[in-house]
Amino acid sequence: MKKAIVLAALMLFAVAGTAQAGETLKLLTWKGYAPKALMDKFEKETGIKVEATYSNNEEMIAKLRATRGAGFDLAQPSQDRISSVQEKFKIYQPMDYSKIDSKLFIPSMLEAVKKNTLVAGKSHAVPFCWGTSGLIVNSAKAPGVDSYKALLDTKYKGRVSYRVKRPTLIAMGFALGYDPFALYKDPAAYQAMLDKIESELIKAKPVVKNYWANGDALLESMRSGEVFVAMAWDNGGWKLHTENPAIDFVAPKEGALGWIDTFAIPAKAENLDAAYKWINFIMKPENAGYFTSQEKAPTASQGANKYVDPEVAANFERSFPQAVIDNIKWYPPVPTKLESMEGRTLDRVKASN
Amino acid sequence: MKGSRLIFWLFLAPVLCWLLLLIVLPHMDLLIMSFRTENGFSESVWTLQNYKNFFTEPIYWLTFVRTALYSIITTGLTLVIGLPVAFYIAKIARHKLQGTLSLLLLLPFWVSELVRIYGWMILLRESGVLNFFMLKLGVIHKPIEMLYNDATMIMGLVYTSMLFMVVPLISVMESLDDSLIEAAYDLGASKLVIWKDIIIPHCKPGITSGCIVVFMLALGNYLTPNLMGGKNSLWFTEQIYNQFIASFNWNQGSAFGFLLLLLSSLIIWVGLKLSRQNLGEVAS
Repeated sequence: MKKAIVLAALMLFAVAGTAQAGETLKLLTWKGYAPKALMDKFEKETGIKVEATYSNNEEMIAKLRATRGAGFDLAQPSQDRISSVQEKFKIYQPMDYSKIDSKLFIPSMLEAVKKNTLVAGKSHAVPFCWGTSGLIVNSAKAPGVDSYKALLDTKYKGRVSYRVKRPTLIAMGFALGYDPFALYKDPAAYQAMLDKIESELIKAKPVVKNYWANGDALLESMRSGEVFVAMAWDNGGWKLHTENPAIDFVAPKEGALGWIDTFAIPAKAENLDAAYKWINFIMKPENAGYFTSQEKAPTASQGANKYVDPEVAANFERSFPQAVIDNIKWYPPVPTKLESMEGRTLDRVKASN
Repeated sequence: MKGSRLIFWLFLAPVLCWLLLLIVLPHMDLLIMSFRTENGFSESVWTLQNYKNFFTEPIYWLTFVRTALYSIITTGLTLVIGLPVAFYIAKIARHKLQGTLSLLLLLPFWVSELVRIYGWMILLRESGVLNFFMLKLGVIHKPIEMLYNDATMIMGLVYTSMLFMVVPLISVMESLDDSLIEAAYDLGASKLVIWKDIIIPHCKPGITSGCIVVFMLALGNYLTPNLMGGKNSLWFTEQIYNQFIASFNWNQGSAFGFLLLLLSSLIIWVGLKLSRQNLGEVAS
């Protein structure tokens, strides 16, 4: 009788296992990173259907960790969140750079990402796009804002919004005169900085309208004039700028925080071939240029600028003169230990009255 | 005899598989995880530290107390609003209308919770629909921010869980004999007495099961506190999420998960004791 149960259970799984569709690429990415038009074009060229799951850095790591790197063929984490996660959870596999058309990449960015994702002598990612977070300011309501300190400024009581996430802590660290990245190697000093940031953020709670958790919701509150100053990504600010010239992205004088999002291959990816095809496809200048025009985020694709809308290109010239670019603070790889320290600080900030 | 038993097991197998694979095994895994931690050499060792952290770090248990308290308030409010609604549908409304009214209760649940919460946000926000009309009508001169505070959050929770209170109440009220109420009325009992001595004692199982469901739903809610709550609206589920997702500390997160399960069961047990009932009666 027991045998019958086992047999029935096995049959159940066998049936589930054989129900497989045509060739697909399972992509774990950010919202907007796989525009519909490009997915369709890719399917037409290669016959591979793209199935995109939208996520963010933390959830991407958790998803892949839960399955020990299975379930997706390609992921797009930020470069600073790869090496320490890989060391600990082994959720990615080394990149096979021979399958990637390196001519498609801006060489310096490719090298930087290779260097930053080095684990056990092997690199784990190639760059896709980059951008910064800084301030989005409504200059009609809050003129002259040029520092992260505005997020603590009682002048803007009830008109400020930011996320309770690590970029806010890093930005506050810079605003309060620390260099958080230099403290990465010294947990004790880092904790001291976090304590200081925590007390400042708690003191400044009356200034905050809400802690935004969803980018679209933030844009809506900037648009409606409910929020004057927010910490957010540059492309959001530019989206708003086209609707209302008074609102724009401002790189604070402490330096905008620069991130690079990458392509990394999960440890148990099934369709490796499709993953590399997608990377080479999307990095082609015309496709990368289309992405940049759509999402207003520059890519690591060599020569994509030709294909970018002049209006989008103008955003860069306006917000990023050379001096500002030189002042961008690029995130170095994060040691995992710090993330739980930061988590506790963030919980305390949100829970306090 | 033997053949029929085989068929019985065959039919039961999918349910058992489902229970074992999706409920029992993951929970065992989480339970084990909650008793482990990493020592200084990043090796996994057995420990009680994750549970100790909850009691030694005030924000953790304060968040839990806050969550539990607000869930109890939510449950109470839902009951107070739900009772007359259920009574109207079960007893007063004409027979034809009953179905329509129940359907109206059900209707909002056809869209996802997220959409419903966004609906409330569009209504209540500073530049929202309500403020717009109140400004137009001259009721107020400056828009008021109605979102992002605890009162709105509780309202949202009451709204999301209303159905789960009203449905058990309706079913239990339908079994109440009308003649009892009529008799009490004829004998001169006031409305308050009728409610206190006849309706509520009769509805006790329905009230209890409704309360348990609503309490559990409120306690385990994530979206409503997160989206509608204010600047200090950390909910316990969000804390669990943060441990798992933001801090990568699955051990701590699963310990919190089990504490939530234990503490909420404890609260329900106390509630049943106070109302002198047991779970068996309620479930039947």
